[in-house]
Amino acid sequence: MATTVNPTIKDKDDLLIEDLGYDDHFHEHHDGDKYQSSFITTYIFSQDHKMIAKQFLITGMFWAIIGALMSLVFRLQLGFPDDSLAWLKPVLGKWIQLNAETGMGTLAPEFYYALVTMHGTIIVFFVLTAGLSGTFSNLLIPLQVGARDMASPLLNMLSYWFFFLAGVVMFASLFLSTGPFAGGWTAYPPLSALPQASSGSGAGMTLWVVSLVFFVVSVLLGGVNYITTVLNLRTKGMSMWRLPLTIWAFFITAIIGLLSFPVLVSGLLLIMFDRGLGTSFYLSEIFIGGQALDHVGGSPILYQHLFWFLGHPEVYIIILPAMGIVSEVLSVHARKPIFGYKAMVFSILAIAFLSFIVWAHHMFMSGVNPFISNFFVVFTLIIAVPSAVKVFNWIATLYGGNIRFNSASLFSIGFVSLFISGGLTGIFLGNSALDIQLHDTYFVVAHFHIVMGVAAFFGMFAGIYHWYPKMFGRFMNETLGRIHFWGTIAGSYAIFWPMHYLGMAGVPRRYYRFDTFDSFSHFTDMNQFITIAAIVVFALQVLFVINFFYSIWYGKKMTVKNPWQATTLEWTTPINVGHGNWEGNIPTVQRWAYDYGKDGHDFISQIEPLKEGEQTAH
Amino acid sequence: MAITVSDTTYTRNKIHPKKFALWVACGSMLMMFAGLSSAYMVREAAGNWLEFRLPQVFNLSTIIILLSSAALHFSFFQFKRGNERNYKLFLVLALLLGFGFIVTQYQGWLAMVEMGVPLKTNPSGDFIYVISGIHAAHVLGGIGTLIVALIHAFALPFQVTPGRKLRFELTLTFWHFVDFLWIYLFVFLSM
Repeated sequence: MATTVNPTIKDKDDLLIEDLGYDDHFHEHHDGDKYQSSFITTYIFSQDHKMIAKQFLITGMFWAIIGALMSLVFRLQLGFPDDSLAWLKPVLGKWIQLNAETGMGTLAPEFYYALVTMHGTIIVFFVLTAGLSGTFSNLLIPLQVGARDMASPLLNMLSYWFFFLAGVVMFASLFLSTGPFAGGWTAYPPLSALPQASSGSGAGMTLWVVSLVFFVVSVLLGGVNYITTVLNLRTKGMSMWRLPLTIWAFFITAIIGLLSFPVLVSGLLLIMFDRGLGTSFYLSEIFIGGQALDHVGGSPILYQHLFWFLGHPEVYIIILPAMGIVSEVLSVHARKPIFGYKAMVFSILAIAFLSFIVWAHHMFMSGVNPFISNFFVVFTLIIAVPSAVKVFNWIATLYGGNIRFNSASLFSIGFVSLFISGGLTGIFLGNSALDIQLHDTYFVVAHFHIVMGVAAFFGMFAGIYHWYPKMFGRFMNETLGRIHFWGTIAGSYAIFWPMHYLGMAGVPRRYYRFDTFDSFSHFTDMNQFITIAAIVVFALQVLFVINFFYSIWYGKKMTVKNPWQATTLEWTTPINVGHGNWEGNIPTVQRWAYDYGKDGHDFISQIEPLKEGEQTAH
Repeated sequence: MAITVSDTTYTRNKIHPKKFALWVACGSMLMMFAGLSSAYMVREAAGNWLEFRLPQVFNLSTIIILLSSAALHFSFFQFKRGNERNYKLFLVLALLLGFGFIVTQYQGWLAMVEMGVPLKTNPSGDFIYVISGIHAAHVLGGIGTLIVALIHAFALPFQVTPGRKLRFELTLTFWHFVDFLWIYLFVFLSM
């Protein structure tokens, strides 16, 4: 498997690695070449970072389809509340209630909440955290820093399997007779802390907590590995300032995750105590069904603090990897060095730092002290500065570039568009005064879906189209890719742009139907439009999934090692990369990652030594 | 075992990647307790907070875990010097003191019940059960690694190899970490 490339033909890169690389005797070692010996160690319990990356990606795609389908069901309810959903009964069973006389099928309201909750949980954690960061950190960190594998391949494998276990538990909760958890993806108490609060608060919430704890274990195992690999396992010559921006983004993402996810565990542990042992960390005086519970003195706001101390960094855990991927893909396909490399790194660091001191902007309307809110308003608005630096640099990278418009670069450009659109509404929502009108409305829904939902998906798509040849040795179909891009960007704006108007008019999120409110009844057509756009966009994602799997076996074969003429190390590995990534020596790095259009050369690989008298940035 | 990927490749690092990874993991665990500590402070500031002194037995458990850390460190010195007898002796001692810590923590919880602060009395007591309980779970993890170390010590022929030294250092680092963590929590909860 490792040595299917004809070893007699050597290109310039191979010769450079032979000359300048260093021999770590990896392939003489017993677990070097003979490492992947059976089906199980190759495809299932693999410790190879590239296979683990594919596992994360395909599991993430599975969850993305489930999460998106859920959103279609509740969009049908919102767009067409008076139409029969009886045709969904074979799938959803008792959650579709049939009217005995008319045969009209309606979605059970409690299941509507379960769908909204699960959609959020699945997309935020399983798709955009594990599917995005898990996939590309695993694939690219060892390849781009010049390492044989992660610092601990064993922990890396466990990281995937804990994610898988979290998925199994969450998936099982979908089939409970009382339904999955239905109190929102943020799991605020008391709905999450009292098993009797709603039908999903019982077994559904228990499985939700268990699943999330497994998930955090997965994130932590992965994060420890990513950080250690970047800091300790870089090849000779790969100084931090020579790292591609992808690696900087994954590295900082892992640090944020490692510092914030444990705090979520603290918050969830206290929930478990309140649920299981009757403590009152989050519960104050509560009546259920006329009965006073014996909980006194707890504070549901305390949970919100702990949750959002993770929750806000979490949105940067989602968006930073996408930013890193976009920076790299834009630079490669614009044939220009990334504009302001150091500014990009410092803005990642600034965003990471600020992400820890803005969490209470999710709680402006929860009764926190308005004077304390001011502090959070200021820091929230300051995030616009590093974000704007990044946007400026992406546009400046494109400016005057010799841009190749292919699926990967189109999705990167789309990312920049979405990040601007969604970022601007963030400045509205960061103001505690404006939040009096906008909080918990569709304005919020539109904001975060554009800026960290769709934008992060675009970063992920850019990464998949760009590194697909590295993963599978084949290309995805370019025509389908472009249809996917143009349909998705138009459709995403069609879904989320109108929601801003709904939100400004005060339409609250998470409501089951609006036609009974006089003030919102004129939005019926708009809701129908959004639903139809959502169905079209979903169909385009199905097209992507078909393209993805078809291309694994039948896509155009990659015939050269470096199809995009990129400078980074992953393109110096053989077409079919085996365990250990490089066949002989490990390449050494001679220059930074963005030598495009330099001294009359289209690109100069990182492994090429500086010429006599050549000036270098890093 | 694929651990050797890093062993073969990266001999030129100042710090072994596995040691570094453990430090990173410790930082992450520390964040969990930082989260709980800040929750404690926020809740305390909100009022309706029962004030009481920690039972005396927690002082004893603090001394025991400090001694255990010291014993394990001494065992490590003896291991490096090649003094097999003292190495094994102090390894056993560290493990026994580790068990002693868990027992005294349990007695501390019983003492809290006796002084009228069982679970569900007031969040001030509940926080102590939760925080010290989660800490005890981490100590149990450390005891697990000590048991593995003990099995290695008695089952394998005595040899000072780089691999075994590394494993000992990892065990030692984690054991010192849970010790340090308890000192922090003890001071924090006593205040």
